[in-house]
Amino acid sequence: MCLGIPGRITAISDSMRRLAIVDVGGVKREVNIACIIGERSIDECLGDWVLIHVGFAMSVIDEAQAAETLRLLVELGEAQQELSAMRGSGKT
Amino acid sequence: MQYIDEFRDPGKAAALVAAINDTVKKLAIDRDRPLHIMEVCGGHTHAIFRYGIANMLPPEIEFVHGPGCPVCVLPMGRVDDCIAIAETPSVIFTTFGDAMRVPGSKKSLLQAKADGADIRMVYSPLDALELARKNPDREVVFFGLGFETTMPSTALTVLQAEAEGTYNFSLFCNHITIPATLRAILDEPDLRLDGFLGPGHVSMVIGTKIYDFIPADYKRPLVVSGFEPLDVLHSVWRVVQQIAEGRAEVENQYGRVVPRDGNPAALAAIEKVFEDREFFEWRGLGSIERSGVRMRNVYARFDAERKFATPSLKVADPLDCQCGEVLKGILKPRQCRVFGKACTPQTPLGALMVSSEGACAAYYQYGDLEGLRCQSAADAA
Amino acid sequence: MTKQEPATALRPQRKMRDGINVAKVSLAHGGGGKAMRDLIDDVFISVFDNPSLAPLEDQARFALSDLMRHGDRLAFTSDSFVIDPLEFPGGDIGKLAVCGTVNDLAVGGAKPLYLSCSVIIEEGVEIALLRKIAHSMAKAAAAAGVAIVTGDTKVVTKGACDKLFINTAGIGIIGEGLDLGVHRAEPGDAILVNGALGDHGAAILAARGDLRLTSSIESDCAPVNGLIDRLIEACPNVKFIRDATRGGIASVLNELAEASAVGIEIAECATPLRVEVKGLCEILGLDPLYLANEGKIVAVVPGAQAESARAAMAEHPLGEGAAIIGHVTHGPAGRVVMRTHFGGKRIVDMLVGEQLPRIC
Repeated sequence: MCLGIPGRITAISDSMRRLAIVDVGGVKREVNIACIIGERSIDECLGDWVLIHVGFAMSVIDEAQAAETLRLLVELGEAQQELSAMRGSGKT
Repeated sequence: MQYIDEFRDPGKAAALVAAINDTVKKLAIDRDRPLHIMEVCGGHTHAIFRYGIANMLPPEIEFVHGPGCPVCVLPMGRVDDCIAIAETPSVIFTTFGDAMRVPGSKKSLLQAKADGADIRMVYSPLDALELARKNPDREVVFFGLGFETTMPSTALTVLQAEAEGTYNFSLFCNHITIPATLRAILDEPDLRLDGFLGPGHVSMVIGTKIYDFIPADYKRPLVVSGFEPLDVLHSVWRVVQQIAEGRAEVENQYGRVVPRDGNPAALAAIEKVFEDREFFEWRGLGSIERSGVRMRNVYARFDAERKFATPSLKVADPLDCQCGEVLKGILKPRQCRVFGKACTPQTPLGALMVSSEGACAAYYQYGDLEGLRCQSAADAA
Repeated sequence: MTKQEPATALRPQRKMRDGINVAKVSLAHGGGGKAMRDLIDDVFISVFDNPSLAPLEDQARFALSDLMRHGDRLAFTSDSFVIDPLEFPGGDIGKLAVCGTVNDLAVGGAKPLYLSCSVIIEEGVEIALLRKIAHSMAKAAAAAGVAIVTGDTKVVTKGACDKLFINTAGIGIIGEGLDLGVHRAEPGDAILVNGALGDHGAAILAARGDLRLTSSIESDCAPVNGLIDRLIEACPNVKFIRDATRGGIASVLNELAEASAVGIEIAECATPLRVEVKGLCEILGLDPLYLANEGKIVAVVPGAQAESARAAMAEHPLGEGAAIIGHVTHGPAGRVVMRTHFGGKRIVDMLVGEQLPRIC
């Protein structure tokens, strides 16, 4: 029950039934977006990156958080490099 | 592919592995008593094997594969019930792919299909509803499997069926819930766990507050983790950090998808359609209180449990089956007495071998490279 | 009388009568009488038309001396095609039936020459569809440089087969000195493929409709004999070639490792994949290594010749994206290992049963 995949909402196909077309690497699938509309109008969801699971969008991917997670990893990488460099030069 | 490739970047993996190694060294862990980190979710088990993560980590860390695979914990009696419904004349029985191979007491859904039952694989419950619209003279039943991740989807589909008056559609509800399972695991006396990788997609529905009882009552860290390999490594590092710093907290590594309070619309749909069962049967784990849901009375006309007669029998696992112990993390798959012998992907005795992210199937298919490592060392000696 | 045109001058061409004027195939078309004759002539023979077929005997005949101009061994293969749906993006069952058998010959180092075509048709199938498929077969045969020279037609009652089953058998001649074999791989050999993997399997899954996915993925169905000629020319020491059909390249690699009693290691980042196929696999939780291909080969060449083999294939239209994906190792015999893009290692085992989409 974990298989969720990020995709981009490229069209609204059925406003009444809350259905949209989501694109995953060029493959398209009609997806129910009722869980991610929130207070917005359905058309405002166009262009959102969402996490889809069995034909339903369950979360809007937070771009800032994604960038933050990656930034942390880059930082970690830099810290590790420094550490190895220090060890290499016998300072620790 | 965006939001996927960046989190599979091998460049960042090396730094994480080095950081984990450093922290583990500081902890001076005894190799005969490695850290046990349980990944609850079958999707994490799959990721660990698919990307070869276990072999990137030092031997002081061992993964214990948890029971978060709804296909794996499906009792044989429920499979028999599915088949009974599917074999009812005029029924179109729809299901997710991975459920089709799970053996019941006599056969699996795949075998029942070969025997003539109209069983169809679908990607989404919405597709089952569409089948019901297109086949007004048939009864379409959807096999509702899965944890809280999948519950909003089936709930919303039932609500849609009601809204449009598609009454030849019903749900055979087998949804189970994570928190009760976690408590059952933690109460297991034979199990020693040092930390958890929390289920990322269950949490996008139910939020992360729900795990607060784990650090509070059991003093174990839990890091809610994404499913890409960098997410898994990152989460392992955060668990190990917590252990090193003597902390026990719930952390959210998967912040880009998981909100702390979960998804309100999804939770509302679940609340509307489902209610707790007093207890539910889990294969290998027995009966767990308040671990499953059923449909509320008001949706009776969409409830396959009410619409169809099923044997509803409790079927015992085959005597040789040790799925229970593997599910609880007490045994590794290769330690099960029938692993690779009587129980193989071709002739599965238990669901852990049938489902593609059952720990046993994963070990078998992706290879127990750790075992390989030991074997080649032994051979060389 | 030349040997190339077997006595057509002596035997009058069978006159096609009125042709088919009904929309669907019925049991009468399988009865052996006029209706059957019309079906065969109108739908198949007129389209496959070639000198070896023209005499319309119960068998096609070939002078051995003609055959031996191409080499010193006869290669003979047969395959049946039962695919559903009959038509899919990039081809249909007819094209598949021709290419599949041509390729089975070509991967053995044979020059494919002649095919048989036997069909079993379920009553009720549209004649227009049959015509389309026959045309596909003729077109594929022409592209491959082979002739369809004999065959059979049967019609069965509704339900006795699933619309249309086709069997093609084929003969070809293997050139002197060529010895391709699944047992020939040795540590140090390089493993190559001629392009993006999994297109056919992905196209079929998307085309089946029950998963309701839209994509522009097309089957890679194609005759690869021309590509293989190029490969053998550039690399006469090529040891093994096989087309990666059902079960994908994973199955071929496992069979190779087992038969040659060697280990194999491939690199995930070297396996070419179209983004859309990757997307489909991500959505459904499938592994592209196990998806079927119908225009892709796995080739084993001595390590030193890897790059020239790859370059030779890349020059051919069907070799776009040709890549060296791994090597034969001293590893445990029969074991195929993949270094993941992420840096870990995992085993690539034989597939059990069919790969099913998963939700977990």
